[in-house]
Amino acid sequence: MFRMKNYMVAQTLEDAYECNQGKNNQVIGGYGWLKLQNKTINTGIDLSLLGLDKIQEKDEYFSVGAMVTLRQLETHSQLATLTHGMIRESLHSIVGIQFRNCATVGGSVFSRFGFSDVLTLLLALEAEIVLYRGGAIPIADFAKMPQDNDILLEVRIPKSPMRGCYQSFRIQATDLPIINVAVVQKTEKILVAVGARPARAEVFEFHCVEDAIGAAKQFQYGSNMRGSEAYRAHLAEVLVGRCLSAIEEI
Amino acid sequence: MELKLWINGRAVVANISPDQPLLEFLREHDCYSVRRGCETSNCGLCTVWMDETPVLSCNMLAMRANGTHITTLEGLQDEAKEFGGFLADQGADQCGYCSPGFVMNVLAMVRELNNPTEQEIKEYLVGNLCRCTGYMGQLRAIKAYLDYKEGRTNG
Repeated sequence: MFRMKNYMVAQTLEDAYECNQGKNNQVIGGYGWLKLQNKTINTGIDLSLLGLDKIQEKDEYFSVGAMVTLRQLETHSQLATLTHGMIRESLHSIVGIQFRNCATVGGSVFSRFGFSDVLTLLLALEAEIVLYRGGAIPIADFAKMPQDNDILLEVRIPKSPMRGCYQSFRIQATDLPIINVAVVQKTEKILVAVGARPARAEVFEFHCVEDAIGAAKQFQYGSNMRGSEAYRAHLAEVLVGRCLSAIEEI
Repeated sequence: MELKLWINGRAVVANISPDQPLLEFLREHDCYSVRRGCETSNCGLCTVWMDETPVLSCNMLAMRANGTHITTLEGLQDEAKEFGGFLADQGADQCGYCSPGFVMNVLAMVRELNNPTEQEIKEYLVGNLCRCTGYMGQLRAIKAYLDYKEGRTNG
């Protein structure tokens, strides 16, 4: 059972950061995964008043605030156009609309879940994340870092032209994915990200379609109650192929 | 901690535990349509609107709702009754336990989507589980309700 002794609505980022350094204090994102845990936290930190709930277009990227909900991201028309529908495809199978109106981009990214659709998507999109103290870093680096007490402020999705496709495989609609694949083709490279292996998503870069076809072999897979290592490896190979075919049609 | 919000237009101020979910807070304030059907945020039964947006009240800390306007089925009696008639016409309800959350999300969909396709309806409502039926009666009822609303709007 989840318990929380205090609740702090942060008035400034510095307040939030300082509080987050305290023992058993934690930022509350969308609360979806946190509430399923058997743990007690001392102070939950709410970032709702810090203006992090907006998607803003900048010169070179879209800035997605940490408190933007997955549903906001899913329904953003300019991002949908830029990514050829990849974002919607990656998010629409996550539970239901009411859940996605609660779950936040920051919570999903910061947690770096091994089943995450969001992390796989953002790796292929070459997103950058901005931490309060850590500054801006590529999400590929962030995905490998251990969790610390910094605060995620923003995800930046570059506006560079791309073609892309996202596919996942689930035993049942709205369940966690057994495997998910995001492929993005840019002028000079092809990025292939695979997640839910079940481990934190990773991304590899290729310079031609012929090499990218075999991308699934670069990843390591594991087994859990949803599927075996061999099954995941097979699915990943199929989905990478399907993504590359779909990109050809764009 | 002090919480102030509006439930179906009525201002409410209360002292609550910081970890109380919105679902339990609403039930303590006479909104018995709001029910817990699962423990994993999957069933949609506890759906309410927070500032007109459908959310899972089991998945929302009451403190996060501070300063917001919450709408439950109790606050939408006329619309719920109207749509309920379409559900009844199609024999869609069996036990009816899931209906409050389902109706809340259907009414949210009607506000958000313009003339939705069947696929869009299914995607909007995929987070509302019914363990009695195969959803066919509900789907017929929604289509009939949308046709009725469209006709009335055009008329």
